[in-house]
Amino acid sequence: MINEIFGVWNYWIVFTLMMIGLYIVISKKSLLKKVVGLAIFQTSVFLLYITFGKIAGGTAPIITNNSEEIYSNPLPHVLILTAIVVGVATTALGLALIVRINKAYGSINEDEISAVDLVDYHEKFSEKKNK
Amino acid sequence: MDLIIKNLPILIVITPLMFSLIVAVLPNQRHSWFLTNLASLLTLFFSILLGIEVSEKNLISYHLGNWPPPLGIEYIVDKVSIIPIFIIAVISCLASSFAHNFFTSEVYNNLISKTYSLWLLTIAGLMGLVTTADAFNLFVFLEISSLSAVALVAMGSKVDKKALVAGYNYLILGAIGATFYVIGVGLLYGVSGTLNMSDLSQKIPELGLNKSVIVAFTFMILGIMVKAAIFPLHIWLPNAYAYAPSPVSILLAATATKVAIYILARISFTIFGTSYDIYSFESLRYILLFLSICAMFAGTVMAIFEKDTKKLLAHSSVAQIGYIILGISLVTKAGIASSFIHLINHALIKAGLFMSVVAMSFYTFKRIDATSISGIGRQMPITFFAFIICALSLAGLPLTVGFISKLYLIKAAYMSEGIWLPFLILLSSALSLVYIWKLIEGLWYDVDKNNKLKIKELPEIYIPLLIITFLNIYFGIDAGLIINSSYNAAEALLNGIK
Amino acid sequence: MNNLILKVCTKVLFTPIILFGLYVQFHGDFGPGGGFQAGVIVAAAFILYAMVFGVDKCKIIMPTKLNFFLLVLGAFLYGFVGIVGLILGEPYLSYDLLGSTKQSGQHIGILLVEFGVGLTVCNVMICLFYSFANFKFGSNKND
Repeated sequence: MINEIFGVWNYWIVFTLMMIGLYIVISKKSLLKKVVGLAIFQTSVFLLYITFGKIAGGTAPIITNNSEEIYSNPLPHVLILTAIVVGVATTALGLALIVRINKAYGSINEDEISAVDLVDYHEKFSEKKNK
Repeated sequence: MDLIIKNLPILIVITPLMFSLIVAVLPNQRHSWFLTNLASLLTLFFSILLGIEVSEKNLISYHLGNWPPPLGIEYIVDKVSIIPIFIIAVISCLASSFAHNFFTSEVYNNLISKTYSLWLLTIAGLMGLVTTADAFNLFVFLEISSLSAVALVAMGSKVDKKALVAGYNYLILGAIGATFYVIGVGLLYGVSGTLNMSDLSQKIPELGLNKSVIVAFTFMILGIMVKAAIFPLHIWLPNAYAYAPSPVSILLAATATKVAIYILARISFTIFGTSYDIYSFESLRYILLFLSICAMFAGTVMAIFEKDTKKLLAHSSVAQIGYIILGISLVTKAGIASSFIHLINHALIKAGLFMSVVAMSFYTFKRIDATSISGIGRQMPITFFAFIICALSLAGLPLTVGFISKLYLIKAAYMSEGIWLPFLILLSSALSLVYIWKLIEGLWYDVDKNNKLKIKELPEIYIPLLIITFLNIYFGIDAGLIINSSYNAAEALLNGIK
Repeated sequence: MNNLILKVCTKVLFTPIILFGLYVQFHGDFGPGGGFQAGVIVAAAFILYAMVFGVDKCKIIMPTKLNFFLLVLGAFLYGFVGIVGLILGEPYLSYDLLGSTKQSGQHIGILLVEFGVGLTVCNVMICLFYSFANFKFGSNKND
């Protein structure tokens, strides 16, 4: 029983990280923290791929004279290299948007931004009435 | 020529990709616009050639870098994928043809050539999504298309700063969706050791009942549902469509969600189709059916209470996506065919509606409120005429494409579920008349006497708008092409199911 | 930053870092390494320089326009190598016909493609650093 649960400890780490990241994205009001949560969430997926590409005692998949050597599956690592680049792009785009949002709204808090939007809406509405 | 025909599946992806790189460094905005049009036209040309090829060969398989499929990346164009390819090529061509004036007025001056570059990148991403037969490659294209779409949406911040927040929400939800999809792909790779779609469909049934496959299926479908904006995961859609620069709204409304729906069909039928009897995925279709009915009504009701025209159309998109998913969730040949018919028709209808609304709002530089700027239709009679045709098509009036898709959808629904489902479809169509009438009333009857705005017709939008309107009527009268290709697509999709 | 030690160390380190980046770049053919890693390492040299001497000084050795041009050039190189294979009558991104033999063709193809990747990654990193470096947060209240 214990073996069954803790034998797959790497998957536990992966899914704990995943839930932490997802929780941050959902619960935090700060836009910056959401991007950080998203980065954690994506990192957990990188770990998931790498953890089933790894064989205990396996080496890097380089051809040597010793043909009996065990090597880890290189494909998940390559896939994750691509996914890391995508993750960097996502984070960079998110941060760039936050910079622009901060410039336009003067805040990066979700509630304050919607408050600004609400004020704008009412001003527009009252302008129309005055006409 | 032989060289071109041999390489068609990759050419439709790399033409916009390479042009987007060139466009990004050009200093002159008019040149960038010209090159964007050239790239779109070339892509359309290649798509037409591809359509001819597919009608002869049924399936074209292309091996990237000469590596054979289970190991290398394979691109497949068959009778299913040719439909979204055509939609993307046609809409991109029509929308970019009049984009120049809109981008110069709605985007910051130093960002215009980059906007064109992102435009082409979005198209390259969408084309790649449709053609690729590799589950991980699909994720890469998913992110290419959605990241560039997010940047395009955020470009609208010169007109309204809400575009930034809309883009941000789109980014976060889209990234979560894509990551969910990757988790699913990873789990599948872990148990089957392959990423090629047709290889996956052979290896999954061999595993027998496997918990990882169930989890992977759930993750993948959920991730794509976010991208396809299926109710309740549609929150990003209305704002993203409404605050994007006008040509971008047209492009996204007509293509982005359609492609995601195509991927949904691909995953659930091509990858998992062979293992339906093992996992009884059939029962999952009731979840989709329920969600699509919710979407039909929720989208329509939100559209009725919405004032902003662009947002109203976006809400109605949510409802229309409901119809499309409804067809897929029936899992019969008639149902899937009807959903593909509506996929094509909705792209035509929404592109026409967005184009006319965008043309009307061009001189006011603001979004049109259904109640504030009134009588605009009288000042732009030709645009308004096109708008009415497309709006009636949306409601499903006979002699328009909307009628054809509703007819086939209702027929398919009646055949598999009985009378209650057609009744619900008709009810939501009737409700959609309410918001369409609201728009027509605001644009034509409510003439505002104090309105001093000088509004002229916008000639450069005529040709694309009239082409779309003509297609709306033409395919409503002679729908053979759409219906035949949709039935072929449905047959090809259902081939795999055991 | 006006620390003399930092400045001298940066000057000394600048070239070895780029050299190491190039080593990783070209070693990617035979062992672990390649364009992605090399690009990031080379970019790290520029970013270190910018952090110690200021972004404006760094913009003299790597102007924004050149940076953007190289970024596009790298990606273009990647696509172009693929297209060359396509024109020679092979599928896209197939390198067999680039050299005299199949093996040398693969060699040249991978080298060029990895160089394109390295160029793009390096310049994307520098570009990202530039666009965030001059930013100052205003009076924002976040939790």
